[in-house]
Amino acid sequence: MADVLRHAWRLARKDLLVEFRSRTAILSAVVFTVLVLMVFNFGRDPTAVAAVDLAPSILWVTFTFAAMLALNRAFQLELENQALDGLLLAPVSRSSIYLGKLIANLMFVATVEGVGLPRFALFFNVPILNVLGPLLAVIALATLGFVAVGTLFSAMTARTRFAELLLPVLLLPFMIPPLIWAVLATATLLAGRPLSEAAGWLRLLAAFDIVFVTLAFFLFPATVNE
Amino acid sequence: MRLLKTGRWITALGFALLAAVYVRAVAFTPVERMQGVAQKIFYLHVPAAIWTETGMVLVGVASVFFLFLKDPRLAWWTWDARLTLTLLLFLMYVGYLLLRGAVTDPGLRARYAAVLGISGMCLVPFVHLSVYMFRTLHPQPIVLKPSAPSLPGAMLATLAFSFLAFSTLYVGFVTQRYALSLLREQADQHA
Repeated sequence: MADVLRHAWRLARKDLLVEFRSRTAILSAVVFTVLVLMVFNFGRDPTAVAAVDLAPSILWVTFTFAAMLALNRAFQLELENQALDGLLLAPVSRSSIYLGKLIANLMFVATVEGVGLPRFALFFNVPILNVLGPLLAVIALATLGFVAVGTLFSAMTARTRFAELLLPVLLLPFMIPPLIWAVLATATLLAGRPLSEAAGWLRLLAAFDIVFVTLAFFLFPATVNE
Repeated sequence: MRLLKTGRWITALGFALLAAVYVRAVAFTPVERMQGVAQKIFYLHVPAAIWTETGMVLVGVASVFFLFLKDPRLAWWTWDARLTLTLLLFLMYVGYLLLRGAVTDPGLRARYAAVLGISGMCLVPFVHLSVYMFRTLHPQPIVLKPSAPSLPGAMLATLAFSFLAFSTLYVGFVTQRYALSLLREQADQHA
């Protein structure tokens, strides 16, 4: 297990290094996130609906789109020059390849969310500072769940036609349950209600994470074995 | 092909049973006091929904067999999503078929579909659980609950009858679909 984690970290480091050197994808994703938030601002009538009622949905739709961009990228990176074959020939287990991709994707999405969250608070005048801790916990739980499934699915869609289109179609049905729970938990927090009222949603999110991280870990080898 | 014919017969039987369900539900089942005639949707809606969820679980079970227990040269699970009423599960089925369409290599297609199938099976309990967490238009469980069913005998009989009809339809559809893909595979081999 220690080996699996070590290899996974190596792999994640490689991906993040590639990203850090060019910064194309991360910059695009961040700009995209800010643009989506702006579009939402023009798409609502501030006199009819208070910002705090719409805010949870805006936040999560934005994060969903941003995560999709990141996930599409993860395995497309390996298609150039048959890099995936090289990766599979390396003496590391298939599962550590999955974990590595998962870690890199999580870091990527977390960065985008980290930039997006303050912009969201600023644009929509939502006070998040007093609930920042619990809100970050909700974001972390939900993100882990759908990035885990997304990483598994993007390994499959990357090698199909219409990869950019197929991933959202496959992934969104799996994202919708955790997104519903995350939106409800976020709404509870932003309305100034205690965290205990959202405990049920958080438990479901945690259960989703455990089930799908484990599942993806064991199913991933089937997506790359020849 | 015999299997295809069998599937057609089972489907025809299912449709006949379904017609009988309508007759029984409309004419021979008492009207529920609180909700009136609208409650009759229950007899069709519940069995159809049960098979929507069960279908995804069957795909998952078959996928487990395929990936881990079975000779990987054979493929045995394409099927149609006609009984689907739950939009989310419906979209999952569409995604499942889209993925199969997008991969040309049969071996790769089989493995990808199996991975998605197993994931889908694991999502079903979450979707199912979410239903209980919300107060929806749907009433609380009245048949499958710890105490005895609180449904009058005549209503319960109609429901059981309809469940039989939908089960028959489901088996019919799957059998036909399975037979069709077997034929397609044979045709591909001859080509």
